[in-house]
Amino acid sequence: MTKSTREIVIPSQYLGETSEFKAGRGTLIDHGKIYAKILGVLNKHPPYVNVVPLKGRYDPVEGDTIIGFVEQAMSSSWLADINAPYPALLHVSEVPWRVDFGETEKYLNTGDTIMAKILSVDVERKLNITLKDRNLYKIQGGHIITVGPSKVPRIIGKKGSMINLLKKYTRCRIFVGKNGRIWIDGEDLQVSNAVQAIRLIERESISYGLTDKVEELLKSLS
Amino acid sequence: MKSDIELIDANGKRLDGRTNDQLRDVKIEAGVLHRADGSCYLEWGGNKVVVAVYGPREAIPRHTQDPLRAIVNARYNMAAFSVDDRKRPGPDRRSREISKVISEALEKVVLIDLYPRAAIDVNIEILDAEAGTRCAGLTAAGVALADAGIPMKDIPVGCAAGKIGAETKDGKVSGGHVVLDLGKEEDNFGDADLPIAISPRTDEILLLQMDGHLTVEEFNKAMELAMKGCHDVSKLQKDALINKYAADVEEVE
Repeated sequence: MTKSTREIVIPSQYLGETSEFKAGRGTLIDHGKIYAKILGVLNKHPPYVNVVPLKGRYDPVEGDTIIGFVEQAMSSSWLADINAPYPALLHVSEVPWRVDFGETEKYLNTGDTIMAKILSVDVERKLNITLKDRNLYKIQGGHIITVGPSKVPRIIGKKGSMINLLKKYTRCRIFVGKNGRIWIDGEDLQVSNAVQAIRLIERESISYGLTDKVEELLKSLS
Repeated sequence: MKSDIELIDANGKRLDGRTNDQLRDVKIEAGVLHRADGSCYLEWGGNKVVVAVYGPREAIPRHTQDPLRAIVNARYNMAAFSVDDRKRPGPDRRSREISKVISEALEKVVLIDLYPRAAIDVNIEILDAEAGTRCAGLTAAGVALADAGIPMKDIPVGCAAGKIGAETKDGKVSGGHVVLDLGKEEDNFGDADLPIAISPRTDEILLLQMDGHLTVEEFNKAMELAMKGCHDVSKLQKDALINKYAADVEEVE
Protein backbone atom coordinates (compact mmCIF):
# COMPACT_ATOMS: atom_id res chain seq x y z
CA MET A 1 0.00 0.00 0.00
CA THR A 2 1.38 3.37 -0.93
CA LYS A 3 1.25 5.70 2.02
CA SER A 4 1.09 8.98 0.15
CA THR A 5 -2.35 8.39 -1.34
CA ARG A 6 -4.67 9.37 1.44
CA GLU A 7 -7.00 11.25 -0.82
CA ILE A 8 -10.58 12.22 -0.10
CA VAL A 9 -12.98 11.09 -2.80
CA ILE A 10 -16.61 12.03 -3.29
CA PRO A 11 -19.48 10.14 -4.95
CA SER A 12 -19.22 10.03 -8.75
CA GLN A 13 -15.48 10.68 -8.71
CA TYR A 14 -13.65 8.78 -11.45
CA LEU A 15 -11.20 6.24 -10.03
CA GLY A 16 -9.98 4.20 -13.01
CA GLU A 17 -10.78 1.69 -15.72
CA THR A 18 -12.03 -1.82 -15.05
CA SER A 19 -9.26 -3.10 -17.32
CA GLU A 20 -6.71 -1.64 -14.94
CA PHE A 21 -8.27 -2.13 -11.49
CA LYS A 22 -10.85 -4.25 -9.76
CA ALA A 23 -13.71 -2.34 -8.19
CA GLY A 24 -13.62 -2.89 -4.44
CA ARG A 25 -15.76 -1.62 -1.59
CA GLY A 26 -17.42 1.76 -1.90
CA THR A 27 -17.18 1.84 -5.67
CA LEU A 28 -19.49 1.29 -8.61
CA ILE A 29 -18.92 0.36 -12.23
CA ASP A 30 -20.55 2.21 -15.09
CA HIS A 31 -19.62 1.48 -18.70
CA GLY A 32 -16.24 -0.02 -17.83
CA LYS A 33 -15.25 2.86 -15.60
CA ILE A 34 -14.94 2.77 -11.82
CA TYR A 35 -16.45 5.57 -9.74
CA ALA A 36 -16.69 6.21 -6.01
CA LYS A 37 -20.18 5.81 -4.61
CA ILE A 38 -19.58 7.20 -1.13
CA LEU A 39 -17.67 9.98 0.54
CA GLY A 40 -14.47 8.46 1.85
CA VAL A 41 -10.76 7.95 1.69
CA LEU A 42 -9.25 6.39 -1.42
CA ASN A 43 -7.35 3.19 -0.79
CA LYS A 44 -5.56 1.69 -3.78
CA HIS A 45 -4.62 -1.86 -2.97
CA PRO A 46 -3.69 -3.34 -6.36
CA PRO A 47 -5.54 -4.79 -8.10
CA TYR A 48 -8.36 -3.43 -5.96
CA VAL A 49 -9.44 0.13 -5.61
CA ASN A 50 -11.50 0.75 -2.47
CA VAL A 51 -13.17 3.71 -0.85
CA VAL A 52 -13.13 3.57 2.94
CA PRO A 53 -16.18 5.45 4.22
CA LEU A 54 -15.74 8.56 6.37
CA LYS A 55 -19.31 8.73 7.58
CA GLY A 56 -22.49 6.74 7.40
CA ARG A 57 -24.54 4.15 9.24
CA TYR A 58 -23.34 0.77 10.43
CA ASP A 59 -23.64 -1.85 7.71
CA PRO A 60 -24.38 -5.14 9.49
CA VAL A 61 -22.24 -8.13 8.52
CA GLU A 62 -22.79 -11.71 9.67
CA GLY A 63 -20.53 -12.60 12.58
CA ASP A 64 -19.87 -9.04 13.81
CA THR A 65 -19.95 -8.53 17.55
CA ILE A 66 -22.03 -5.48 18.36
CA ILE A 67 -23.54 -3.63 21.30
CA GLY A 68 -27.30 -3.23 21.16
CA PHE A 69 -30.02 -1.59 23.21
CA VAL A 70 -33.18 -3.58 23.77
CA GLU A 71 -36.08 -1.60 22.36
CA GLN A 72 -39.00 -3.88 22.91
CA ALA A 73 -39.76 -7.25 24.49
CA MET A 74 -42.32 -9.33 22.61
CA SER A 75 -43.79 -12.66 23.62
CA SER A 76 -41.09 -14.79 22.07
CA SER A 77 -38.43 -12.35 20.98
CA TRP A 78 -36.85 -8.96 21.55
CA LEU A 79 -36.10 -6.07 19.22
CA ALA A 80 -32.76 -4.32 19.62
CA ASP A 81 -31.39 -1.10 18.25
CA ILE A 82 -27.91 -1.81 16.90
CA ASN A 83 -27.27 1.49 15.11
CA ALA A 84 -28.08 -0.11 11.74
CA PRO A 85 -30.86 1.12 9.45
CA TYR A 86 -33.10 -1.61 10.89
CA PRO A 87 -33.84 -3.01 14.35
CA ALA A 88 -32.45 -6.48 15.01
CA LEU A 89 -34.48 -9.47 16.17
CA LEU A 90 -33.30 -11.59 19.09
CA HIS A 91 -35.34 -14.77 19.36
CA VAL A 92 -35.75 -16.67 22.67
CA SER A 93 -33.98 -19.67 21.13
CA GLU A 94 -30.89 -17.48 20.73
CA VAL A 95 -30.40 -16.62 24.39
CA PRO A 96 -28.58 -18.77 26.94
CA TRP A 97 -31.60 -18.86 29.28
CA ARG A 98 -34.72 -21.02 29.15
CA VAL A 99 -37.45 -18.44 28.63
CA ASP A 100 -41.10 -19.41 28.96
CA PHE A 101 -43.53 -17.99 26.42
CA GLY A 102 -44.56 -14.47 27.38
CA GLU A 103 -41.91 -14.16 30.08
CA THR A 104 -39.26 -12.43 27.97
CA GLU A 105 -39.46 -9.28 30.10
CA LYS A 106 -38.04 -11.16 33.08
CA TYR A 107 -34.73 -11.57 31.28
CA LEU A 108 -34.30 -8.55 29.06
CA ASN A 109 -36.38 -5.42 29.00
CA THR A 110 -36.53 -2.07 27.24
CA GLY A 111 -33.38 -0.09 27.94
CA ASP A 112 -31.12 -3.07 28.69
CA THR A 113 -27.80 -3.25 26.88
CA ILE A 114 -26.52 -6.41 25.31
CA MET A 115 -23.31 -7.57 23.75
CA ALA A 116 -24.51 -9.67 20.84
CA LYS A 117 -23.39 -11.22 17.60
CA ILE A 118 -25.05 -10.89 14.23
CA LEU A 119 -26.45 -14.28 13.34
CA SER A 120 -27.80 -13.56 9.89
CA VAL A 121 -28.61 -10.82 7.44
CA ASP A 122 -31.06 -11.91 4.76
CA VAL A 123 -31.79 -10.46 1.31
CA GLU A 124 -34.49 -8.27 2.74
CA ARG A 125 -31.88 -7.06 5.24
CA LYS A 126 -33.83 -8.55 8.14
CA LEU A 127 -31.39 -8.90 11.02
CA ASN A 128 -31.12 -11.70 13.54
CA ILE A 129 -28.76 -11.52 16.47
CA THR A 130 -27.71 -14.06 19.06
CA LEU A 131 -26.46 -14.15 22.65
CA LYS A 132 -25.41 -17.79 22.42
CA ASP A 133 -21.66 -17.61 22.22
CA ARG A 134 -18.66 -16.94 24.40
CA ASN A 135 -18.34 -13.36 25.59
CA LEU A 136 -21.89 -12.46 24.72
CA TYR A 137 -24.01 -11.27 27.62
CA LYS A 138 -26.24 -8.63 29.05
CA ILE A 139 -24.08 -5.66 30.00
CA GLN A 140 -24.31 -4.37 33.55
CA GLY A 141 -22.46 -1.28 34.73
CA GLY A 142 -19.90 0.72 32.80
CA HIS A 143 -20.35 3.46 30.23
CA ILE A 144 -21.36 3.38 26.60
CA ILE A 145 -20.16 5.91 24.06
CA THR A 146 -20.97 6.02 20.36
CA VAL A 147 -18.57 6.79 17.53
CA GLY A 148 -18.94 6.59 13.77
CA PRO A 149 -18.82 2.92 12.70
CA SER A 150 -16.18 3.85 10.12
CA LYS A 151 -13.79 4.81 12.97
CA VAL A 152 -13.90 1.40 14.64
CA PRO A 153 -10.86 -0.06 12.81
CA ARG A 154 -8.79 2.95 13.90
CA ILE A 155 -9.84 2.58 17.54
CA ILE A 156 -8.80 -1.05 17.51
CA GLY A 157 -5.63 -0.33 15.55
CA LYS A 158 -3.36 -2.75 13.72
CA LYS A 159 -3.63 -6.08 15.52
CA GLY A 160 -5.26 -4.28 18.43
CA SER A 161 -2.37 -1.88 19.04
CA MET A 162 -4.55 1.12 19.78
CA ILE A 163 -7.05 -0.62 22.01
CA ASN A 164 -4.26 -2.30 23.97
CA LEU A 165 -2.65 1.08 24.48
CA LEU A 166 -5.90 2.44 25.85
CA LYS A 167 -6.34 -0.53 28.15
CA LYS A 168 -2.74 -0.34 29.37
CA TYR A 169 -2.85 3.33 30.31
CA THR A 170 -6.38 3.60 31.67
CA ARG A 171 -6.68 0.13 33.23
CA CYS A 172 -10.27 0.10 32.02
CA ARG A 173 -12.15 -2.79 30.55
CA ILE A 174 -13.01 -1.67 27.04
CA PHE A 175 -15.03 -3.40 24.41
CA VAL A 176 -15.54 -1.96 20.94
CA GLY A 177 -18.65 -3.12 19.05
CA LYS A 178 -18.40 -3.16 15.28
CA ASN A 179 -21.43 -0.87 15.15
CA GLY A 180 -19.52 1.99 16.73
CA ARG A 181 -20.72 1.57 20.32
CA ILE A 182 -17.97 1.28 22.89
CA TRP A 183 -18.37 -0.07 26.39
CA ILE A 184 -15.90 1.16 29.01
CA ASP A 185 -15.75 0.11 32.65
CA GLY A 186 -13.27 1.24 35.25
CA GLU A 187 -12.56 4.08 37.66
CA ASP A 188 -14.48 7.25 36.83
CA LEU A 189 -11.37 9.34 36.16
CA GLN A 190 -9.80 6.64 34.03
CA VAL A 191 -13.01 6.23 32.05
CA SER A 192 -13.06 9.92 31.29
CA ASN A 193 -9.43 9.71 30.13
CA ALA A 194 -10.28 6.80 27.85
CA VAL A 195 -13.22 8.74 26.41
CA GLN A 196 -10.96 11.72 25.74
CA ALA A 197 -8.50 9.49 23.92
CA ILE A 198 -11.26 7.87 21.86
CA ARG A 199 -12.61 11.28 20.89
CA LEU A 200 -9.11 12.21 19.71
CA ILE A 201 -8.95 9.08 17.58
CA GLU A 202 -12.39 9.80 16.17
CA ARG A 203 -11.51 13.38 15.30
CA GLU A 204 -8.16 12.62 13.70
CA SER A 205 -8.90 9.17 12.36
CA ILE A 206 -7.32 9.84 8.98
CA SER A 207 -3.99 11.18 10.19
CA TYR A 208 -0.66 9.39 10.36
CA GLY A 209 1.19 8.57 13.57
CA LEU A 210 -2.02 8.55 15.53
CA THR A 211 -0.92 5.84 17.95
CA ASP A 212 1.98 8.01 19.15
CA LYS A 213 -0.30 10.99 19.56
CA VAL A 214 -2.75 8.98 21.64
CA GLU A 215 0.05 7.61 23.78
CA GLU A 216 1.23 11.16 24.40
CA LEU A 217 -2.25 12.23 25.46
CA LEU A 218 -2.68 9.26 27.76
CA LYS A 219 0.71 9.89 29.35
CA SER A 220 -0.15 13.51 30.03
CA LEU A 221 -3.46 12.52 31.57
CA SER A 222 -2.20 9.86 33.92
CA MET B 1 -47.89 39.78 -15.06
CA LYS B 2 -46.15 42.61 -16.91
CA SER B 3 -44.42 45.70 -15.70
CA ASP B 4 -42.56 48.66 -17.11
CA ILE B 5 -39.23 47.55 -15.68
CA GLU B 6 -36.68 46.85 -18.37
CA LEU B 7 -35.28 43.51 -17.34
CA ILE B 8 -32.47 43.52 -19.87
CA ASP B 9 -30.93 46.54 -21.59
CA ALA B 10 -29.69 47.02 -25.16
CA ASN B 11 -26.19 45.86 -24.22
CA GLY B 12 -27.47 42.59 -22.80
CA LYS B 13 -26.90 43.71 -19.18
CA ARG B 14 -29.50 42.48 -16.72
CA LEU B 15 -31.01 44.30 -13.74
CA ASP B 16 -28.34 43.07 -11.34
CA GLY B 17 -25.57 43.67 -13.87
CA ARG B 18 -25.16 40.08 -15.00
CA THR B 19 -24.81 38.98 -18.61
CA ASN B 20 -27.29 36.50 -20.07
CA ASP B 21 -25.17 33.44 -19.28
CA GLN B 22 -23.93 34.42 -15.84
CA LEU B 23 -24.90 32.74 -12.57
CA ARG B 24 -25.50 34.51 -9.30
CA ASP B 25 -22.83 33.94 -6.63
CA VAL B 26 -23.06 30.47 -5.13
CA LYS B 27 -21.52 29.54 -1.78
CA ILE B 28 -21.71 26.01 -0.42
CA GLU B 29 -20.63 24.59 2.93
CA ALA B 30 -20.94 20.92 3.89
CA GLY B 31 -21.39 19.42 7.34
CA VAL B 32 -22.78 22.40 9.24
CA LEU B 33 -25.16 20.59 11.64
CA HIS B 34 -23.99 18.24 14.38
CA ARG B 35 -27.16 16.30 15.11
CA ALA B 36 -27.95 15.36 11.52
CA ASP B 37 -26.20 12.51 9.69
CA GLY B 38 -25.36 14.91 6.89
CA SER B 39 -25.98 18.57 6.23
CA CYS B 40 -25.27 21.48 3.94
CA TYR B 41 -25.67 25.26 3.96
CA LEU B 42 -25.98 26.97 0.61
CA GLU B 43 -26.26 30.57 -0.53
CA TRP B 44 -27.28 31.18 -4.11
CA GLY B 45 -27.65 34.89 -4.76
CA GLY B 46 -30.20 35.94 -2.15
CA ASN B 47 -31.33 32.39 -1.42
CA LYS B 48 -30.24 30.82 1.85
CA VAL B 49 -30.88 27.13 2.33
CA VAL B 50 -30.06 24.61 5.06
CA VAL B 51 -30.47 20.90 4.37
CA ALA B 52 -30.32 18.11 6.97
CA VAL B 53 -30.22 14.43 6.01
CA TYR B 54 -31.16 11.56 8.33
CA GLY B 55 -30.89 7.89 7.61
CA PRO B 56 -31.08 5.41 6.11
CA ARG B 57 -33.39 4.32 8.91
CA GLU B 58 -36.49 2.20 9.18
CA ALA B 59 -39.38 3.84 7.33
CA ILE B 60 -42.22 4.90 9.59
CA PRO B 61 -45.22 4.55 9.19
CA ARG B 62 -44.72 0.97 8.13
CA HIS B 63 -47.07 1.01 5.14
CA THR B 64 -44.75 3.45 3.38
CA GLN B 65 -41.94 0.87 3.39
CA ASP B 66 -40.94 -0.72 0.12
CA PRO B 67 -39.64 -4.28 0.60
CA LEU B 68 -37.24 -3.88 -2.32
CA ARG B 69 -35.76 -0.45 -1.89
CA ALA B 70 -35.43 2.63 0.28
CA ILE B 71 -37.71 5.62 -0.03
CA VAL B 72 -36.40 9.16 -0.13
CA ASN B 73 -38.53 11.66 1.76
CA ALA B 74 -37.57 15.17 0.82
CA ARG B 75 -39.41 17.84 2.76
CA TYR B 76 -39.16 21.31 1.28
CA ASN B 77 -40.19 24.01 3.71
CA MET B 78 -40.07 27.77 3.48
CA ALA B 79 -39.52 29.70 6.69
CA ALA B 80 -42.21 32.23 7.56
CA PHE B 81 -39.61 34.99 7.30
CA SER B 82 -38.15 33.87 3.96
CA VAL B 83 -40.31 36.16 1.81
CA ASP B 84 -41.37 39.83 1.84
CA ASP B 85 -44.78 39.24 3.39
CA ARG B 86 -44.86 36.66 6.13
CA LYS B 87 -45.50 33.24 4.64
CA ARG B 88 -48.12 31.21 6.47
CA PRO B 89 -46.07 28.39 8.00
CA GLY B 90 -46.59 24.76 7.13
CA PRO B 91 -46.88 22.73 3.96
CA ASP B 92 -48.96 24.17 1.16
CA ARG B 93 -49.66 23.11 -2.40
CA ARG B 94 -46.51 24.63 -3.76
CA SER B 95 -44.14 23.16 -1.18
CA ARG B 96 -45.75 19.74 -1.46
CA GLU B 97 -45.20 19.75 -5.18
CA ILE B 98 -41.58 20.76 -4.79
CA SER B 99 -41.03 18.13 -2.08
CA LYS B 100 -42.40 15.50 -4.44
CA VAL B 101 -40.32 16.46 -7.48
CA ILE B 102 -37.15 16.75 -5.39
CA SER B 103 -37.79 13.34 -3.75
CA GLU B 104 -38.17 11.78 -7.17
CA ALA B 105 -35.05 13.45 -8.49
CA LEU B 106 -32.99 12.26 -5.50
CA GLU B 107 -34.31 8.70 -5.76
CA LYS B 108 -32.73 8.50 -9.19
CA VAL B 109 -29.20 9.08 -7.88
CA VAL B 110 -29.24 7.45 -4.43
CA LEU B 111 -28.53 3.71 -4.51
CA ILE B 112 -31.89 2.94 -2.95
CA ASP B 113 -31.86 -0.81 -3.61
CA LEU B 114 -29.09 -1.21 -1.00
CA TYR B 115 -31.50 -0.33 1.80
CA PRO B 116 -34.80 -2.17 1.47
CA ARG B 117 -37.57 -1.01 3.83
CA ALA B 118 -35.60 2.05 4.87
CA ALA B 119 -36.25 5.75 4.54
CA ILE B 120 -33.82 8.57 3.89
CA ASP B 121 -35.18 11.86 5.18
CA VAL B 122 -34.03 15.06 3.54
CA ASN B 123 -35.20 18.25 5.23
CA ILE B 124 -34.80 21.33 3.08
CA GLU B 125 -35.33 24.61 4.90
CA ILE B 126 -35.49 27.80 2.88
CA LEU B 127 -34.36 30.59 5.20
CA ASP B 128 -34.31 33.33 2.60
CA ALA B 129 -35.92 33.17 -0.82
CA GLU B 130 -35.04 35.01 -4.01
CA ALA B 131 -36.16 32.95 -7.02
CA GLY B 132 -34.80 29.51 -7.83
CA THR B 133 -35.26 27.96 -4.39
CA ARG B 134 -36.13 24.52 -5.74
CA CYS B 135 -32.85 24.33 -7.63
CA ALA B 136 -30.95 25.72 -4.66
CA GLY B 137 -32.68 23.23 -2.34
CA LEU B 138 -31.94 20.27 -4.58
CA THR B 139 -28.32 21.31 -5.04
CA ALA B 140 -27.86 21.59 -1.27
CA ALA B 141 -29.65 18.26 -0.77
CA GLY B 142 -27.13 16.59 -3.09
CA VAL B 143 -24.22 17.83 -0.98
CA ALA B 144 -25.94 16.88 2.29
CA LEU B 145 -26.63 13.33 1.05
CA ALA B 146 -22.99 12.86 0.11
CA ASP B 147 -22.00 14.35 3.48
CA ALA B 148 -24.20 11.77 5.23
CA GLY B 149 -22.14 8.99 3.65
CA ILE B 150 -25.07 7.67 1.66
CA PRO B 151 -24.07 5.62 -1.39
CA MET B 152 -25.07 7.39 -4.57
CA LYS B 153 -24.38 7.27 -8.28
CA ASP B 154 -23.82 10.98 -8.59
CA ILE B 155 -24.28 14.28 -6.80
CA PRO B 156 -27.39 15.86 -8.31
CA VAL B 157 -27.38 19.53 -9.17
CA GLY B 158 -30.09 21.96 -10.23
CA CYS B 159 -30.13 25.21 -12.14
CA ALA B 160 -32.70 27.27 -14.01
CA ALA B 161 -32.81 29.19 -17.25
CA GLY B 162 -35.60 31.39 -18.57
CA LYS B 163 -36.74 34.06 -20.93
CA ILE B 164 -37.07 37.76 -20.17
CA GLY B 165 -37.81 41.01 -21.98
CA ALA B 166 -40.33 39.83 -24.58
CA GLU B 167 -42.91 42.28 -25.91
CA THR B 168 -46.57 41.55 -26.41
CA LYS B 169 -48.49 43.42 -29.12
CA ASP B 170 -52.03 42.46 -30.18
CA GLY B 171 -51.63 39.10 -28.49
CA LYS B 172 -48.41 38.33 -30.37
CA VAL B 173 -45.19 37.79 -28.43
CA SER B 174 -41.95 38.93 -29.99
CA GLY B 175 -38.33 39.33 -28.97
CA GLY B 176 -37.00 38.35 -25.58
CA HIS B 177 -33.73 36.98 -24.34
CA VAL B 178 -32.97 33.53 -23.06
CA VAL B 179 -30.97 33.93 -19.86
CA LEU B 180 -29.42 31.77 -17.15
CA ASP B 181 -30.53 31.65 -13.52
CA LEU B 182 -33.43 34.07 -13.15
CA GLY B 183 -33.31 36.62 -10.33
CA LYS B 184 -36.33 37.75 -8.33
CA GLU B 185 -37.65 40.43 -10.70
CA GLU B 186 -36.84 38.32 -13.72
CA ASP B 187 -38.83 35.46 -12.25
CA ASN B 188 -41.80 37.64 -11.33
CA PHE B 189 -41.97 39.72 -14.50
CA GLY B 190 -40.20 37.49 -17.01
CA ASP B 191 -41.81 35.34 -19.69
CA ALA B 192 -40.66 31.81 -18.89
CA ASP B 193 -38.76 29.86 -16.27
CA LEU B 194 -37.19 26.44 -16.85
CA PRO B 195 -35.70 24.83 -13.75
CA ILE B 196 -33.84 21.58 -14.37
CA ALA B 197 -31.78 19.17 -12.32
CA ILE B 198 -29.23 16.79 -13.78
CA SER B 199 -26.81 14.07 -12.85
CA PRO B 200 -23.64 15.84 -14.02
CA ARG B 201 -21.60 12.71 -14.67
CA THR B 202 -24.03 11.36 -17.26
CA ASP B 203 -26.09 14.47 -18.08
CA GLU B 204 -29.28 12.56 -17.29
CA ILE B 205 -32.20 14.83 -16.50
CA LEU B 206 -33.67 14.32 -13.02
CA LEU B 207 -36.12 17.20 -12.94
CA LEU B 208 -37.54 19.42 -15.61
CA GLN B 209 -40.32 21.92 -15.09
CA MET B 210 -41.40 24.94 -17.04
CA ASP B 211 -43.78 27.80 -16.61
CA GLY B 212 -44.44 30.35 -19.35
CA HIS B 213 -44.00 29.82 -23.06
CA LEU B 214 -40.88 29.09 -25.09
CA THR B 215 -40.48 28.21 -28.75
CA VAL B 216 -38.56 25.05 -29.57
CA GLU B 217 -35.42 27.06 -30.39
CA GLU B 218 -35.70 29.04 -27.18
CA PHE B 219 -36.28 25.87 -25.20
CA ASN B 220 -33.17 24.24 -26.65
CA LYS B 221 -31.14 27.36 -25.95
CA ALA B 222 -32.45 27.50 -22.38
CA MET B 223 -31.67 23.82 -21.82
CA GLU B 224 -28.14 24.33 -23.06
CA LEU B 225 -27.63 27.30 -20.75
CA ALA B 226 -29.12 25.52 -17.74
CA MET B 227 -26.95 22.44 -18.37
CA LYS B 228 -23.87 24.65 -18.41
CA GLY B 229 -25.02 26.33 -15.21
CA CYS B 230 -25.53 22.93 -13.58
CA HIS B 231 -21.99 21.86 -14.44
CA ASP B 232 -20.58 25.08 -12.99
CA VAL B 233 -22.49 24.63 -9.73
CA SER B 234 -21.52 20.96 -9.65
CA LYS B 235 -17.87 21.97 -9.41
CA LEU B 236 -18.67 24.16 -6.41
CA GLN B 237 -20.52 21.27 -4.75
CA LYS B 238 -17.53 18.98 -5.14
CA ASP B 239 -15.13 21.64 -3.89
CA ALA B 240 -17.30 22.17 -0.82
CA LEU B 241 -17.17 18.48 0.08
CA ILE B 242 -13.47 18.07 -0.59
CA ASN B 243 -12.58 21.27 1.28
CA LYS B 244 -14.55 20.18 4.33
CA TYR B 245 -12.80 16.84 4.65
CA ALA B 246 -9.42 17.55 3.06
CA ALA B 247 -8.99 20.20 5.75
CA ASP B 248 -9.24 17.43 8.35
CA VAL B 249 -6.38 15.54 6.73
CA GLU B 250 -4.03 18.47 6.40
CA GLU B 251 -4.63 19.83 9.88
CA VAL B 252 -3.39 16.73 11.57
CA GLU B 253 -0.50 15.82 9.34
